[in-house]
Amino acid sequence: MRPLTEDETKAVFEKLANYIGKNLVHLIDRDEDDAYCFRLHRDRVYYLPLPMLHLATSIARPNLVSLGTCLGKFSKSGKFKLGITALDYLAKYAKYKVWIKQPGELPFLYGNHVVKAHLGRVTEDTPEHQGVVVYNMSDVPLGFGVTARSTLDTRKLDPTGIIVFHQADVGEFLRDEDTMF
Amino acid sequence: MGRRAKLKQANPTPLPGSGGDRSSRHKGKKKASSSAPNLGSLKSSKKVKVAKAKGGRVTKRQVDKVDEDSDIEDAMRPGELSESEDDEETVKVKSIKKRGKESSEEEDIERGPAKELVFSDSEDDLDVDEDEQLPPGLHEFDLDDAPSDADSDMDEDDMPEDEFDLGEDDEEEEEEDSAFASSDDGEDDDIDMADEDERVAIGDDEDEDEEGRDGITTNLEDDIENEGFTLPAVDRGGEYEDVEHGTSLRDVEARMRWLVGVCMGKGEKAQGVPGKSRSDHLVQLQHDIATYFGYNLFLVEKLMKLFPADEALAFFEANESPRPVSIRANTLRTRRRDLAQALMGRGVNLEPIAKWSKVGLTVFESPVPIGATPEYLAGHYMLQSASSFLPVIALSPQPNERVLDMASAPGGKTTYISALLQNTGVVFANDSNKARTKSLTANVHRMGCKNVVVCNYDAREFPKVMGGFDRVLLDAPCSGTGVISKDGSVKVNKSERDFQLLSQLQKQLILCALDSCSPTSSTGGYVVYSTCSVTVDEDEAVVDYALKKRPNCHLVETGLEFGVEGFKSFEGKTFHPSVSLTRRFYPHKHNMDGFFVAKFRVEKRTKSQKNDTAVDAAGADITIDDDGAANGSAFNEAEDAAYIAEGKRKHLLKTKGIKVAPAEVEKSVKSPLASSGPVRIPKGKKVTEKRRSKA
Repeated sequence: MRPLTEDETKAVFEKLANYIGKNLVHLIDRDEDDAYCFRLHRDRVYYLPLPMLHLATSIARPNLVSLGTCLGKFSKSGKFKLGITALDYLAKYAKYKVWIKQPGELPFLYGNHVVKAHLGRVTEDTPEHQGVVVYNMSDVPLGFGVTARSTLDTRKLDPTGIIVFHQADVGEFLRDEDTMF
Repeated sequence: MGRRAKLKQANPTPLPGSGGDRSSRHKGKKKASSSAPNLGSLKSSKKVKVAKAKGGRVTKRQVDKVDEDSDIEDAMRPGELSESEDDEETVKVKSIKKRGKESSEEEDIERGPAKELVFSDSEDDLDVDEDEQLPPGLHEFDLDDAPSDADSDMDEDDMPEDEFDLGEDDEEEEEEDSAFASSDDGEDDDIDMADEDERVAIGDDEDEDEEGRDGITTNLEDDIENEGFTLPAVDRGGEYEDVEHGTSLRDVEARMRWLVGVCMGKGEKAQGVPGKSRSDHLVQLQHDIATYFGYNLFLVEKLMKLFPADEALAFFEANESPRPVSIRANTLRTRRRDLAQALMGRGVNLEPIAKWSKVGLTVFESPVPIGATPEYLAGHYMLQSASSFLPVIALSPQPNERVLDMASAPGGKTTYISALLQNTGVVFANDSNKARTKSLTANVHRMGCKNVVVCNYDAREFPKVMGGFDRVLLDAPCSGTGVISKDGSVKVNKSERDFQLLSQLQKQLILCALDSCSPTSSTGGYVVYSTCSVTVDEDEAVVDYALKKRPNCHLVETGLEFGVEGFKSFEGKTFHPSVSLTRRFYPHKHNMDGFFVAKFRVEKRTKSQKNDTAVDAAGADITIDDDGAANGSAFNEAEDAAYIAEGKRKHLLKTKGIKVAPAEVEKSVKSPLASSGPVRIPKGKKVTEKRRSKA
């Protein structure tokens, strides 16, 4: 377990900012409770409160499995990929959101992209290729993705057109449970 | 057991003398004289049986042919004699078994071959054989033989009992054992029995058949004393067999229930088999339960000691059906009410578990897979059996505490703890199995628990890794006798050794748990020990051991209002009286998996206690007289010092070759030994001093 280097920190924050934008500062400086920090352990980035970190240092490296919340992992080539386990924080501070209708829930949870027919609501002024968090109509976060079109263009799209590219969804807890950690 | 056992062990060779007798008495056929033939004969007799079963009436000659054709026999029996021997063996065996049902009609049966002794050549035997080939449940009806049967039964009964101590009965094992016990006797008996058995056999069949028929009509009559049941297991000396030949499962069940009535001693109906003691009936009951439910006998005996007979039966029956599926609403993400609404919207039929839980829901039926709904994936609930709520409820962690869960995979209890802490404080979730930590981590993340650190240690390494926890939960690895309804393999694969190993592991773990907990915690200082097993040597015995070894810990109320109190004494062992504060849960009483929960409060250790624990911290499972040391009166420091000094001196002498003068005692003796002693000793002493300082 070690703190992130400059480059790593930059990569992580860039990715996060794609989804939560300015709210990123809320992740870094939390005034309400303990200070949180990022740590790297075996190519995964963990986000946890500082007191917990002090306690966790007594665990040896080969025996440590997970700390706090895993935000994502670095690939072998050094690229950072956000994981579904970060959904809590993304959903809390997300800037752009997409709600999908009941019939569209299951297809998204299977890993398919969101089509316009399943679109329930979307925040205004969502640009193209913007990271969005996907919710169901009861405001339960289901995953996140990237918009295929801006909001304006979405209106012109036919019902079978893809509006959100799937990146991660909670269905992965079942589909990828073996490879997740 | 049964056939497999026979195949593994060759029967001892029959003595040539008795063989001659037999042959003269019976058919005059040659007897196999080597063990190999027995093995081969076993197989061939099997074949014979098969052949017979298929072909119905098979003459000896036909049988021979069948045998001769088989390659296995040739392979197994170099220089083997006629296969008829096998045949004879088979016959013999069966006849012996038939004899066995002295007391009454036991349904008859196909017995496996197994005796090496006695080959009978009589045509009678053959007939018997054929009879016995009938599948169980079908009886030959031969009224003519009935009267003679009774007589022959009586005659033959005496002999084997005298010689074997085995009942006559049906058991393959039994016969093997009898063979080992005294082959001569066995052979003689066999010979005698063989003759009469045939008649007996047929008679028995007929009797049983009648019995069976009577049984249908006489179920209404209560005046048949023992309802025609016998105790074959007792008769065969308590040997266990896989399959009781010839007794259908329904009969076993009927006999089992009747035996429960007998053992409970209700009314005149429950007279039992005359001439047999109550313990005999219990033995038979155990065998029947083992047969009917599919347990191994060892486990049945163990579990039956826990309950009276009727409750035991209820327990075993409850283990056959699964407990209802239950889920726990995750209070970090949702409320039970909202979750129930959402799931009912999907068509799931559920209702709150019970009043002792505010987060549990029982699922009765669900059109959608309950483990794959979007709510599940979003972490709104966890599939968790009701009994698993209990240790966490007993632990009742408070916000901002540091909690350790020593064996936490797959994470149901850990996530519950985290929910109760409301994501404050820290939870250390440990599991010794690395593969299982993956599912543990996944569950932790899915349920939105942000205060969990997952580690992968052998739990016995705590508190060395880290101590000072406010609360510790130890859900120890156990034999799983409480969750047989979930995993039926427990019925057969647990042995004495398993329990010993598990018990030792649990004792080590509980000591580590107690040591990891900090007594100075402002809000905590509690350790909860729980298992999903109902056996005493994994539950109360471990708790009692912990109380003995850690006098600074004591049991407290678990906080669970229901449940059976733990046993204060069991099978001659008495436990600490506070063990009654522990709680046991049973599938047949509480409709949840069998469970055991104990809650300890850890206090500060006093100095004498510290010394004790240091001494036995080596992990050795010795019972030290802690009481004496704690009182401080058992040892006298001054006296000990002398012995300690002497011991040190001898040690130095032995290991380093330093001649050390013994203490003042020897100084006074020095002068008489003036010659060599005085000169050397002072030097030695000096050297010793130096060396001592170095060492």
